[in-house]
Amino acid sequence: MSRTVRQPSVEQIWGWLDAVPDPEIPVISLVDLGIIRDVAWDGDRLVITVTPTYSGCPATSIINLDIETVLRRHGIERLELKRQLSPAWTTDWLSDKGRARLEDYGIAPPQPAGGPDRCPRCHGRNVERLSQFGSTPCKAQWRCTDCLEPFDYFKCI
Amino acid sequence: MTRDEALFQGLVRLGDNTLIIGHRVSEWCGHSPVLEEDIALANIALDMIGQTQLWLGLASEIEGEGRDADKLAFHRDAWDFRNLLLCEMPNGDFGRTMMRQFLFDAWHSIYLGRLLKSSDTRVAAIAEKASKEVAYHLERSADTVVALGDGTAESHDRMQAALDYLYPYVGEMFLSDEGDAVLAEAGIAPDPASLREEYDALVGRVLDKATLSVPENRYAQKGGRTGAMHTEHLGHLLAQMQWLQRAYPDATW
Repeated sequence: MSRTVRQPSVEQIWGWLDAVPDPEIPVISLVDLGIIRDVAWDGDRLVITVTPTYSGCPATSIINLDIETVLRRHGIERLELKRQLSPAWTTDWLSDKGRARLEDYGIAPPQPAGGPDRCPRCHGRNVERLSQFGSTPCKAQWRCTDCLEPFDYFKCI
Repeated sequence: MTRDEALFQGLVRLGDNTLIIGHRVSEWCGHSPVLEEDIALANIALDMIGQTQLWLGLASEIEGEGRDADKLAFHRDAWDFRNLLLCEMPNGDFGRTMMRQFLFDAWHSIYLGRLLKSSDTRVAAIAEKASKEVAYHLERSADTVVALGDGTAESHDRMQAALDYLYPYVGEMFLSDEGDAVLAEAGIAPDPASLREEYDALVGRVLDKATLSVPENRYAQKGGRTGAMHTEHLGHLLAQMQWLQRAYPDATW
């Protein structure tokens, strides 16, 4: 006798993925980061489309592993992870929830002007750039000239 | 030369450029003059290695003989590499490394810009991804060349010496051959010669701001992108980069 398992809805799956933390900045989820481009069923096979943040980002393989782990745990058996390069990832795809969480965590969220809006610690407006590059490919190093603390800025791309 | 042969060669040229200059830049890891520079160079090397995986990955797909990106990177010897000679030039001092990076980034950004309109959507997609990263590389290398060129007497002299030393390796970027003609004809990639004017304008602007003089002699060292003659430096680089895969073929983590 076969048991009928109801296929989880796409909304349900987006919810599960929204609980998977980014491996390098665990306060935001993969969905907040904007790298999950599509979730779709192809018959009984689930297809997740993922776009990389930076081409050499070492977190990419961990991200794929984390997606697979969580979906397997929820009973997904047939799974395909599709890499999509175009359109290239942009920080415009960061969710508002993700932006707020980044700032709470001490990372200034990306701004269209190309630099942080304010210091994530003291909220001072006087900030200066130390380097276009930081501790991960997606960050730059800035400093607040009010409180004198250095901080990470999630750079616009 | 068939279209696929030309495309394979074009992709290997792009992938070898980023692989070899990326390896050179990674040699600074832990040795840079200040922490911020060390982090920046390591990040740029990482972007280059990532782009290499994309270019050589697509080259492998086109070739269809089971040589994946790792095999192309680690199982070929010097004469099969197709990078520009500029990419394999030793780091020298920090100023020379930054000058090499600037001369390369300027060309890279213009070339990738043209590839955005490639008739091959796979090529255009990689170029779209890479060009966003390269915009940051160029911003930083140009800023550093200006800061050091228009810096102290000592840093100015070193940057001028670096430019004089590296400039003969610039001309190779604009040499065209049969493969380039096939790719240009198919709308896949631009004719390299067509980029010179834009390059000279960009580089001229930055070097002028850096108070450096562009050498008048346009003599070009060549042989890297055709594989006819690499410098003696490439073999030494490969000996280090490929050592593990040669000692323990197909070893994995």
